[in-house]
Amino acid sequence: MLKVENLNVFYGGIHALKGVTFQVPKCKITTLIGANGAGKSTTLRAICSLVKSQVGRITFQDKNITNIPTDDIVKMGVAMVPEGRKIFPNLSVKENLDLGAFTREDKAEIARDLKWIYELFPRLKERLWQKGGTLSGGEQQMLAVARGLMSRPKLLMLDEPSLGLAPLLVKDIIEVIQKICQEGITILLVEQNAFAALKISDYAYVLETGCLVLTGSGEDLLNDAKVKKAYLGE
Amino acid sequence: MTINLLLQNIANGLSLGSLYALIAIGYTMVYGILRLINFAHGEIFMLAPYFLYFGILIFHLPWWASTIVAIGLTAFTGMLSERIAYKPLRDAPRISALISAIGVSFFLQNLAVVVFSGIPKSVHRPIFFTKIYQFGEIRIQSTLFASIGVSIIFLSLLLYIIYQTKTGLAMRAISRDIETSRLMGVGVNRAISITFAIGSALAAVGGILWSLRFPQIFPTMGMIPGLKAFIAAVVGGIGSIPGAMLGGLILGMSEILFVTFLPALSGYRDAFVFFILIIILLVKPDGILGIKVQEKV
Repeated sequence: MLKVENLNVFYGGIHALKGVTFQVPKCKITTLIGANGAGKSTTLRAICSLVKSQVGRITFQDKNITNIPTDDIVKMGVAMVPEGRKIFPNLSVKENLDLGAFTREDKAEIARDLKWIYELFPRLKERLWQKGGTLSGGEQQMLAVARGLMSRPKLLMLDEPSLGLAPLLVKDIIEVIQKICQEGITILLVEQNAFAALKISDYAYVLETGCLVLTGSGEDLLNDAKVKKAYLGE
Repeated sequence: MTINLLLQNIANGLSLGSLYALIAIGYTMVYGILRLINFAHGEIFMLAPYFLYFGILIFHLPWWASTIVAIGLTAFTGMLSERIAYKPLRDAPRISALISAIGVSFFLQNLAVVVFSGIPKSVHRPIFFTKIYQFGEIRIQSTLFASIGVSIIFLSLLLYIIYQTKTGLAMRAISRDIETSRLMGVGVNRAISITFAIGSALAAVGGILWSLRFPQIFPTMGMIPGLKAFIAAVVGGIGSIPGAMLGGLILGMSEILFVTFLPALSGYRDAFVFFILIIILLVKPDGILGIKVQEKV
């Protein structure tokens, strides 16, 4: 569904991604793991054109989306839940969700998706008119995921959804990601919490200082000696 | 001081204040989204009565039609100035865009001198606007009602757009976080253009009402009202739309009351306005309705 070929990104003089190539197959959960600064977030940001890649080619459903405007990529069905949630603290929960559906005009369908969102995240329904900034960390993360879903994406990219959450909430969010995938939405997940992520992944890639060093199914990587040592702390 | 005189002056203050409010909106909206003080806003304000003047003189449009055309043209000029002078600098340090804004201000002012000539022109006022109403001892010009009424209409329309429409939602989102707004599929360039168009259209309405009140128009007429409206935006809390409205009213009212109570000092009325600015900056630098925005780390 998504193909990234030879992606190179430079921040000034820093070569952040050095020819990354990978694929995200349809209706599966694909995970990128790696240490801080390995280039995981940069990869996601390059896919939705928040950083322009100097070299490389990104195709989504066989269309070249390299460096096209972010709003066009969103319209094609790619949504991203950014690192650190980035919900709008000055807008109500409902307005945050409405923004998620910004590219859509089908009012009836939006209302239906809202219902689904309320089933998935009952807490959000209770807090609908509260300002986003007053939610707790876990609720903000739920809102960020819900907001991403409101564009009814074909591909949902999540950047460190478990960051800063209590272990119990991490479990919740991982379950939600599985549920979303079961609805037929393709997932590209970036995580530092490698164990939780690999457990639910169909495919996984390991990034190290801008290069992909390891590929396999989530299970393979969970049992890989190198991964165990470097990322699972065994 | 009789009660009548006081009432008369309160009415005057309201009408002047509503004009400041109309202009201040443009400063505050642009600042809210781009963190840019658009110093060319006063010149945008000046262009509107000129467009009105030439619409009537050259194209023989009726006053109302010329007004609509003038508002449209002014909004377009504001949008164009953003595209040419600010958009290429969006990723540059903030100071560059600020200097660019000062450049646009001088450019428009001097362009007006060349094209319209520096000689003041008197704008046509429909008879309706020269009427004077007498309430007991209070005499109120109809322009005074017009500026208050028209301001209320346009400011309500603005609040509706900002708080009830999708475009407004996008603007409020962008003012907080441009990058995440992009991720929501918001066309940021389009929203910024709309912001400039709305701000400039309101300045145009202000400029035309101003020309009804003070029928002489000249290329530098935008400087002082522009500066005062900027102060109004700062007093109310720059970035906040209700703040700009409130700041405009406070400023207009205090300016008129200053002249009323201290007629001997009336020559210092502009200085008084700057004095208010200094006090506000010392006492409440974020303005009356301003929210402290933390710098992102």
